[in-house]
Amino acid sequence: MLFRLAWRNIWRNKRRTLITMASILFAVLFATFMESMQKGAWDHMISSVVNYYFGFAQVHQKGYWEEQSIDKAFPLADSLMQLEARNARIQKVIPRIESFALASTGNNTSGVLAIGIDPLAENSMTNLGGRLSKGKYLERGEAAALLAEGVAKHLGVGLGDTIVLISQGYHGVNAAGKYPVKGLVNFGSPELNKQMVYLPLEEAQHFYGAPGMVTSIALKIGSQDDIRPVVRSLYQALDTSVYEVMDWQEMLPDLVQAKSLDSAGNIIVYFILYLIIAFGIFGTILMMTKEREYEFGVLISIGMHRWQLGVAVWMEVVMLGLVGALAGILASLPFVWWFNIHPLRFTGDYASALENWGFEPIFPTLLSLRIFIQQALLVFILTAVLAAYPIYKIGKLKLVQAMRG
Amino acid sequence: MKVITTTGVTKVYNPDKIPVQALSGVDLRIEQGEFTAIVGPSGSGKTTLLNIIGGLDRPTSGDVDIGGEDIDAMSDNKLIDFRKNHIGFVFQAYNLIPVLTARENVEFVMLLQNRPKKERRERAEELLRAVGLEDKMDKRPAELSGGQQQRVAIARALAPKPNFILADEPTANLDSVSTANLLDIMARLNREEDITFVFSTHDQRVIDRARRVITLVDGKVASDEVRGGGGKM
Repeated sequence: MLFRLAWRNIWRNKRRTLITMASILFAVLFATFMESMQKGAWDHMISSVVNYYFGFAQVHQKGYWEEQSIDKAFPLADSLMQLEARNARIQKVIPRIESFALASTGNNTSGVLAIGIDPLAENSMTNLGGRLSKGKYLERGEAAALLAEGVAKHLGVGLGDTIVLISQGYHGVNAAGKYPVKGLVNFGSPELNKQMVYLPLEEAQHFYGAPGMVTSIALKIGSQDDIRPVVRSLYQALDTSVYEVMDWQEMLPDLVQAKSLDSAGNIIVYFILYLIIAFGIFGTILMMTKEREYEFGVLISIGMHRWQLGVAVWMEVVMLGLVGALAGILASLPFVWWFNIHPLRFTGDYASALENWGFEPIFPTLLSLRIFIQQALLVFILTAVLAAYPIYKIGKLKLVQAMRG
Repeated sequence: MKVITTTGVTKVYNPDKIPVQALSGVDLRIEQGEFTAIVGPSGSGKTTLLNIIGGLDRPTSGDVDIGGEDIDAMSDNKLIDFRKNHIGFVFQAYNLIPVLTARENVEFVMLLQNRPKKERRERAEELLRAVGLEDKMDKRPAELSGGQQQRVAIARALAPKPNFILADEPTANLDSVSTANLLDIMARLNREEDITFVFSTHDQRVIDRARRVITLVDGKVASDEVRGGGGKM
């Protein structure tokens, strides 16, 4: 009966109830859409950045990330290459050996990052082959180089020309090699465009005097939610006195910071939004409490305990909030879904800037149950807290004064 | 059996600011089964006395004893339980719960008493039939006339099987036909079920039917008239 009483009381003043529900609905709709858009955009951006080169996680020899020296190369054991087969969450193991080198041809020289890659494995994550602007992609075991367009331009070389790479190899050995340019790749990022040189893994190992060794193993992981379990399982499977396992957040702290900063800004927007909603709901509660003081007095006088009345009114307010929140979620679902399938696409200068950095200029929404539940929970907590006001008033109610109207 | 005793009941509103003396040393004894009207001009303290007898308000000084229990000494929760089980209220403005039907309004107090559903349903229907509303059980208050609402209020007041019913100006908003009907119903319940009725009223039609008329003036009992031997109708 208390539930029935609460439910019917909600619909006693239909217009006010609908206005309150509508305000909650729009708040949830707006907040859910905004958060889905923000999280979706960041996920897309992180995914682009991470899959561009780093991978969601990497395995190195302990201490490599701090020094990033070829001397920290380690043997590519079969057990490491089999990680993919042993852990279903790891889609691909991408071995690399990399260090800085001097590239020259004729009188031109340029500092480059010379990376040895497994062409097939690399392509599966970074889609390096898809960035080819001229020539052909690398094949395993051949002695050839793939140059970023900026490097080629600086050195003044084209397809079929030869470049010389000079570097310091593993444990100080002289590293020198001569490679024909097999293809040119284009990166949106100017930073990458002026320094990337790729060699097949075996050729790079030979070049650096480190046969069978790599400096890093990047891991292609299907979902961001799988990163933590993968890192955890690798810590258990690998000898942590020899290896370090890092996820993208450890490798790219600047990106994490930028995301946190953006999220912090949004928290202020959410706070203001929910403050407005809270005042709206509180206004309704205040009016309802004042209007029904007489009725509360009558109910207590005929034998209803104050706590029973408090529970009934609390249920009423919370139901109002929950119905509004659920309606908000239902209303936001099609929007979030639509923009997930058909992301916002930027054009003009902003799009060009994003493209220059290698990002697709789209902002897809993130379709995540967690966001919907979080918003509903927030509204539930908000209304549940605000509903304490009538409980307080009922506790303090003086029957005779209340019933005097 | 003695039902209600007030001894030296005094009520002062705003004692710290501008004191208003509503009751001054009221001594009363109302016996089981009486049909009593408390009358007097506006501001004489009728409603205040009724509120204090019903445990809705507490006296500034003096004692109220109901069936041997000192209600002043009761905690708020105990007093609510006492009212729920022993006192039925009928208010001037009916004060039904607007979102519940007539039957649900009558059932509501029994629900607060944790009575089984079947018993609640049967007693609510029996009481509504007794007040002549068998065809209005599923109507909400807004769909009933003033007289019908007041009859539902009486059925509600009777539902918990109280020892007595306190009615504050119960006929103030009713026409003469409704008033006569209501008084007939209350007189019958007083006679047949031995329920004590105490009214505060200005209404001469109620005063004419009362077996005892207590007149208050300026918060004091000015007269106490027993008619036809007093007691039941």
